[in-house]
Amino acid sequence: MENEPIIIRTENLKKVYGSGEAQVIALAGINLTIRQGEFVAIMGPSGSGKSTLLNILACLDRPSEGSYYLDGIDVSQYQRRDLALIRGRKIGMVFQSYNLLPRLTALENVLLPIFYRREQRLPAEAARQHALAALESVGLGDRAHHYPNQLSGGQQQRVAIARALVNDPAIILADEPTGNLDSHASQEILDLLQRLHAQGRTIVLVTHDPEVAAHTERILLIRDGHLISDQSNGRTRSTPPSNALSSSPASTTLEVHHDH
Amino acid sequence: MITEIAKEAWRSLRANKLRSLLTTLGVIIGVAAVIVMMAISAGTEAAISESIYSLGSNLIFISSTFSRVGPGERPQNAGGLVYDDVAAIREKIKGVTGVTVDQQASVTVRRGDITLDGVMLMGTTPDYPIVRGLSVATGRYFTSTEVERAQKVAVLGKTIAEKLFGEEDPIGQTITVNKTQLTVIGVLAEKGLVAGTDFDQLIYTPIKVVFQKFTPSQFARFMGDRVRQITVAVDPKANIDTVVEQISLLLANRHNVSLDSPDFSIRTQADIIKARESTTATFRNLLIWVASVSLLVGGIGIMNIMLVSVTERTREIGLRQAVGATPEDIQIQFLVEALVLSLLGGVIGIGVGIAGSHLFGTLSGMRTVIVPSAIGISFTSAALVGILFGYLPARRAARLDPIVALRYE
Repeated sequence: MENEPIIIRTENLKKVYGSGEAQVIALAGINLTIRQGEFVAIMGPSGSGKSTLLNILACLDRPSEGSYYLDGIDVSQYQRRDLALIRGRKIGMVFQSYNLLPRLTALENVLLPIFYRREQRLPAEAARQHALAALESVGLGDRAHHYPNQLSGGQQQRVAIARALVNDPAIILADEPTGNLDSHASQEILDLLQRLHAQGRTIVLVTHDPEVAAHTERILLIRDGHLISDQSNGRTRSTPPSNALSSSPASTTLEVHHDH
Repeated sequence: MITEIAKEAWRSLRANKLRSLLTTLGVIIGVAAVIVMMAISAGTEAAISESIYSLGSNLIFISSTFSRVGPGERPQNAGGLVYDDVAAIREKIKGVTGVTVDQQASVTVRRGDITLDGVMLMGTTPDYPIVRGLSVATGRYFTSTEVERAQKVAVLGKTIAEKLFGEEDPIGQTITVNKTQLTVIGVLAEKGLVAGTDFDQLIYTPIKVVFQKFTPSQFARFMGDRVRQITVAVDPKANIDTVVEQISLLLANRHNVSLDSPDFSIRTQADIIKARESTTATFRNLLIWVASVSLLVGGIGIMNIMLVSVTERTREIGLRQAVGATPEDIQIQFLVEALVLSLLGGVIGIGVGIAGSHLFGTLSGMRTVIVPSAIGISFTSAALVGILFGYLPARRAARLDPIVALRYE
């Protein structure tokens, strides 16, 4: 696994809100490396800083200090516009509340990231085919023209995952993806994420639910802005995928860098 | 890209059909108002110039001015046009096709047991049909000899001829005008109502007959052979300005006055139209102000609803930013939406304006002319309103922090 390219690397990542006595340290210096093909859970109690970390990793926010290399690019000093572009190109976000646009069909929702793409723009028909393929890959090819309110929660979240996949991002960031779902639908989503992982996708999932985290192969525990534990998760490979990525799950253990 | 944005904007507007329609109402009213007002004022202008030209074409109106009559001064010494000026202009000025003068009197006409009160007796000269564009249907018009000798002859307008004679042939018959008997020598072809005068209701007679028999004696003494107005028809091939100049010189010479303070004034049809137009222009400018205020109000309505829309769609904006929309993408989206809203108002407004103009024309009987430039101007203003008043909401949308926007409930 050390041979896999590094997708995410943070160096002494800090986020401070406010100033003076009212200063709140959300992240106190996080050093973290995530390689391609990993399936990682970020856990921690509320207020631990895990959301802040996710926002920075998702390029929705900038760190106060430290560096963040996404797919080899230091994005920590990026301005709003460049952050938006890098989000569109490198990141697929999945939210707890799906965040599908209610006026658009499933297909059109999936088309959105393509619509905002600046590079390798696709002609309309090719974009449609591409989006349809993404929907098929989450098993919703037959629901392409349904509106979100015509879909179940699990289906909506699968549409959201298709949307996250459509620009072929370097990483999928999922924020409590099963938080709004019943256990059956949750299992469906987790199975889907595992399948994507098996296909070689890099996935980072934020959750406070140990059962959800158990589906991943590596768990990062955040508390008070510190990364307090980083351990591999033996149980994740109950159904090891057949590709090379599964070669040594144990090797993902020591990816935290304290030496920067 | 832009067509997709426009499609997207159209869609979000359609999601709130009633609201979008009500929002555009201000723009609709503004644009429709511009078009209707312009149509009315253009119609009025056209009607005015048409009525002025329908008097006959290429006319020059010479009027007496009595402004120099001082207190205690005898009016006869004050100058002004005299009857002989008509003949002088006719003879001395080149490019003139007809010169006429008229003196009217309200009379009672009798023929057999038919009596008509309040008929207008028009004392004129032989050039009158040329100048006014009248033609003789049967019989003939009177000659200058008949005018000079004050022969008691009459030419009838079509309607009055029918009233007095019905199916009979009036030529050679006699009518009694007040106490004077006139012999009918001709009937004019139909002319209709022009500039408030129904030429078919008139009885035409040599002007000297009117001077002698139908002008109140006091007035006759006061006026002598003076006339109020001489009308000159100019050959279309002649330069009307040159003719005006020559007439001025001739009359100044004849009346022994200087051109700086003449006892007459000369106006062409173009002068009259210009004067009328400046009145309608004032009226039109006022209406344009009213329409502008309406567009302004419409614009504020659009801004208002766009601000509401930005707030309502905060999460959507956050999501769009999360999947790669830059601040400019967001700004353009909302700007296009405001633009589509205002252009929609513009298009509906143009439709309403055109329909309204026709309806107003039909109901009021006034003439309305759709002015293409009014459509262009109002459509452009609608677009400007959209961009202007869409800017602030669009900028607000673009400045939303994606994290805050995504968390917005």
